[in-house]
Amino acid sequence: MSRLPEGGRIDRSRPIRFTFNGHPYQGFAGDTLASALLANDIRVVARSVTYGRPRGVFSAGSEEPNALVQVGSETMLRATQLELVEGLAATGLNGRGRLTSDPETARFDKIYAHCEVLVVGGGPPGRSAAQSAARTGDRVILLDEQPLLNSEDSDGLPPNVRVLLRTTAFGLYDQNLVLAAERRGDGGCLWQIRARQVVLATGAHERPLVFANNDRPGIMLAGAVRTYLNRYGVAPGTRAVVFTNNDTTTPLANALGSAGITVAAIIDFRQDQAIVDTDGDDDGLRAIRLAGGDQVECDLLCVSGGFNPADHLYSQAQGKLRYDEQFACFRPHGTLPNVTVVGAANGDFDFAIQPCWLVPGTNGDWSTHFVDLERDVTVADMQHAVNAGMRSVEHVKRFTTIGTGSDQGKTSGINEVGLVGTLTGQPIGGVGTTTYRPPYVPVSFALMAGRNRGELFDPIRLTSIHPWHVAHGAVFENVGQWKRPWYFPRHDEDMEAAVLRECRAARENVAVMDVSTLGKIDIRGPDAVAFVNRIYTNAFDTLKVGFGRYGLMCKADGMVFDDGVVMHLGPDHWLATTTTGGAAAVLDWMEEWLQTEWPELRVRLTSVTDHWSAVAVVGPQSRDVVRTLFPAIAADAQSFPFLAIREGETGGIPVRLHRITFSGELAYELWTPNWYGLALWEAVMAAGQPLGITPYGTEAMHVLRAEKGYIICGQETDGTVTPQDLGMSWIVSKKKPFVGQRSHRRSDTARPDRKQLVGLLPVDSEELLPEGAQVVLEENGSGAVRMIGHVTSSYRSAALGRTFALAMLQSGRERLGTTVYAALNGHIVSATVTEPIFYDKENIRRDS
Amino acid sequence: MLIPCPWCGDREDIEFKYGGAAQIAYPTNPDSADDAAWARYVFFRPNPKGKMAERWVHSAGCRRWFNLGRDTVTHEITSIPDMGQRR
Amino acid sequence: MIAEAIRRSALADYAERFTTLYETTGGSISIRELPFLAQLNLRVDAGDAAVMRQLTDSLGFSLPLTPNTAAHAGDRRALWLGPDEWLIVDPDDQATSLEQALRDGLAGVFGSIVDVSANRTVLEIRGARARDLLAHGVPIDLDPRSFRANQCAQTLLAKAQVIIERRGDEAAFHLYVRSSFAGYAAEWLLDAAATDR
Repeated sequence: MSRLPEGGRIDRSRPIRFTFNGHPYQGFAGDTLASALLANDIRVVARSVTYGRPRGVFSAGSEEPNALVQVGSETMLRATQLELVEGLAATGLNGRGRLTSDPETARFDKIYAHCEVLVVGGGPPGRSAAQSAARTGDRVILLDEQPLLNSEDSDGLPPNVRVLLRTTAFGLYDQNLVLAAERRGDGGCLWQIRARQVVLATGAHERPLVFANNDRPGIMLAGAVRTYLNRYGVAPGTRAVVFTNNDTTTPLANALGSAGITVAAIIDFRQDQAIVDTDGDDDGLRAIRLAGGDQVECDLLCVSGGFNPADHLYSQAQGKLRYDEQFACFRPHGTLPNVTVVGAANGDFDFAIQPCWLVPGTNGDWSTHFVDLERDVTVADMQHAVNAGMRSVEHVKRFTTIGTGSDQGKTSGINEVGLVGTLTGQPIGGVGTTTYRPPYVPVSFALMAGRNRGELFDPIRLTSIHPWHVAHGAVFENVGQWKRPWYFPRHDEDMEAAVLRECRAARENVAVMDVSTLGKIDIRGPDAVAFVNRIYTNAFDTLKVGFGRYGLMCKADGMVFDDGVVMHLGPDHWLATTTTGGAAAVLDWMEEWLQTEWPELRVRLTSVTDHWSAVAVVGPQSRDVVRTLFPAIAADAQSFPFLAIREGETGGIPVRLHRITFSGELAYELWTPNWYGLALWEAVMAAGQPLGITPYGTEAMHVLRAEKGYIICGQETDGTVTPQDLGMSWIVSKKKPFVGQRSHRRSDTARPDRKQLVGLLPVDSEELLPEGAQVVLEENGSGAVRMIGHVTSSYRSAALGRTFALAMLQSGRERLGTTVYAALNGHIVSATVTEPIFYDKENIRRDS
Repeated sequence: MLIPCPWCGDREDIEFKYGGAAQIAYPTNPDSADDAAWARYVFFRPNPKGKMAERWVHSAGCRRWFNLGRDTVTHEITSIPDMGQRR
Repeated sequence: MIAEAIRRSALADYAERFTTLYETTGGSISIRELPFLAQLNLRVDAGDAAVMRQLTDSLGFSLPLTPNTAAHAGDRRALWLGPDEWLIVDPDDQATSLEQALRDGLAGVFGSIVDVSANRTVLEIRGARARDLLAHGVPIDLDPRSFRANQCAQTLLAKAQVIIERRGDEAAFHLYVRSSFAGYAAEWLLDAAATDR
């Protein structure tokens, strides 16, 4: 055991059992996996990614390039950051990490936080910054990635300083948004912190020296060795050598001695001493070789090549860095608004150093001089890059992959810069650093997702009638964010049978559908009619109060955008309905025209989508249901004509009735404030029960409208389709201006060979064309076949007793009666091109 | 990114929708515009490296459209004339 | 007279789970639905001093002109939604009289009054941890120094648009959420409340 008899900030009264590579071990509370492995004399933790070389603990923090482990489904975890917990079962990585396909089970949360001052880094400069910021009473947040502040006097912070431990700031974004990852057990929390001022007290990373076979287990950063001795009470070896180019290692010899570790040699580059190679076996370091040829046996080599201010966050925010000759490091140069860099992160050092970027070996071989330990990149690789003509550090980075590992090159990046300078003869300061990008530490997808997963992934919007649908076995379909009944299977019906039955009920009897999801926009003001006239392609100034009219809208490019019925409810009062998915976009777009182009119009828009629940009662017997519910309303075809609107009340439920059809049948839409929706639905079901009223879902609705050739925006249209393409020139006014009108005269939109809406009847009336299928003219084309369009909708029709489809075909209207082809499951389906209307061409059923 | 709504002040960008380039004048008489001029209005938008006049709507907030100057390199946001007004 | 039996609020099914939450959090989070409030959306030109005076008379208080603030007299409240837009909130049975008051106030001047009572339901969220709970999903600063009593804001709770209004009591918020999003918001809040701190 290498645990020292005393010392460290571990709790020796709390032993913790864990396993590594299946073997049981013991550590203490306060250990990391790395310190516990060292305490158990485990030197080899992982094998490197390309060469499979044994690697051990190299650092004591998030810069660790070597000691990568897997715990459960989490891979590429740093043993140096993994707190030891009872039962921890870790495995050293052998080469690449592997993601699991199992869902993450740990809990990840997100929090928005706001403060006047955010201090990143809990060392003495950070703590002092927090102390002084807190004096004004401002809200201060102090982050540190360690489980405890690196100080004995961590109390003493005033209550307006919120300390977040185990929390790593990994990104500094515009206007001081800092994203920070807090580790909580298996899971974590993503902090999204807006700070008026950010103080970066992120310290510095010690960098290694580059010499032959510098990657063996037992070779560690000098500062990390001190951390293991002092903080964890662990001796990472028994016989040590120190290799340094600066005087920060001076206290290390004493510390090693006090821990009972023999200091076999101190090799100081500043005194022309150097380690030119190391010896070892599969368990790591055994000896070092000196420039003069002497060999020194040791199992621990403490290296220090200087310090790199940890300016990743500063640099992410476009802060500039400059090379400092005195301390051989890149440090902040210039300022960032509302960001201060303090302490070692700012290059505020006090030590003497002689830069050393490379120690030649004995045989001219550079293939074991490791620069990036995580990526297994050596000086030989860098020479290769430079010989291939790379001069820029960014090019060398991409050529060699230095700095692209999950450690983001924390220990390798500046050595790469020094080596590019050395190999190309450029001054280091002129080489510059690579660009730092977030995240500073690896961040899991689960952390980014937080609780926005599963049922909470995206809002699930429900209508007031939803509980009834659930209770009656509806199968649901996602339409935008809405859950809508797709169909209502009876007993063991499959979808096809259920939809055929629901369609038949609507055509022959009476059926009912929840249409509450329609977008609804209330339009008021003396210029409302002018506004509606400009927005829709057809004219509304002739529409009387108490009636609705179907309308189509185009964007400025002339392409169909959305559609719906617009009601004229009263003087200066209109209500537009939109597609279920288009509601928000249509309102934003209407407001854009109103606010930016037509501010002179006295019109105001209000979304009332959620205020109203709506029930469509459809079918030849729908009038009987309406009569039962609303005996006071004259419901005959003359008194309540097509597209008329009536106000009524049934059983205390206030209802607005509209004679609207989306199936071609006689039909009514009954609207009521949301909280009456379920009661209204139940009243309709009760009134229709003697008639066998049948609830139906979106699939039957689609079939019914397609039989009539009614389009669905977003299904027949895709932003490239004009009203004329749809054969809907009848709805495009020639008498008044509207948005998109001019585009209909563009040469491209007026082309005769545009894709046009047609019907398709498969020659075999049982075959169902797949929606989205490309349509071609040749049955047996070899080689490239020209695609002339695609199937937009395809269904099995109860009314027609066969399959049918809608399609957008080039010059489609010229192809009526011809045969076209589409591929289906490995064979070719022939279909006849028809008019895009299959049922009740005379429109007599809606008034039946 | 924080976006300054002229009414609600600085809010996170997730509350907004982007409306593309601002200051694109709607042709006063679309009918008299030739195809090229109309296509220029409908399809051509600036994509500068540097200062850009943009249109945004505070869609999750007060629903007001407004104009904003934004530097596409530094992300610096400036107010531009006609804030909250036409185009 | 409203037949209570036929009305059903958007979160009628959640009352029990809210009660359980109150118990399991030791009273540090209390959520309850305030259903069926009368809510009217008012649009009027705030620069028209005469009509604003008339509205003050008919409402009983002045509409708040400072963005993102609320004003009230008794149970009747007005929330600023935009430079010419307010949400006027009154108890359940007041929709008709409120609408009449607003019509009287407008007195023929151009404006719009839309009944949106059923468009949103309201959640009262209070307790020592109410603010921390909302901070899981609300991007704006809810600190009492930034978001003072009688301030309101249209913003997001996770991915749902909401209006948040801070009441006089430091730890009490009213959350207005559209009816179809109410279940999502409730599930989201219950889930966030289950976090260990």
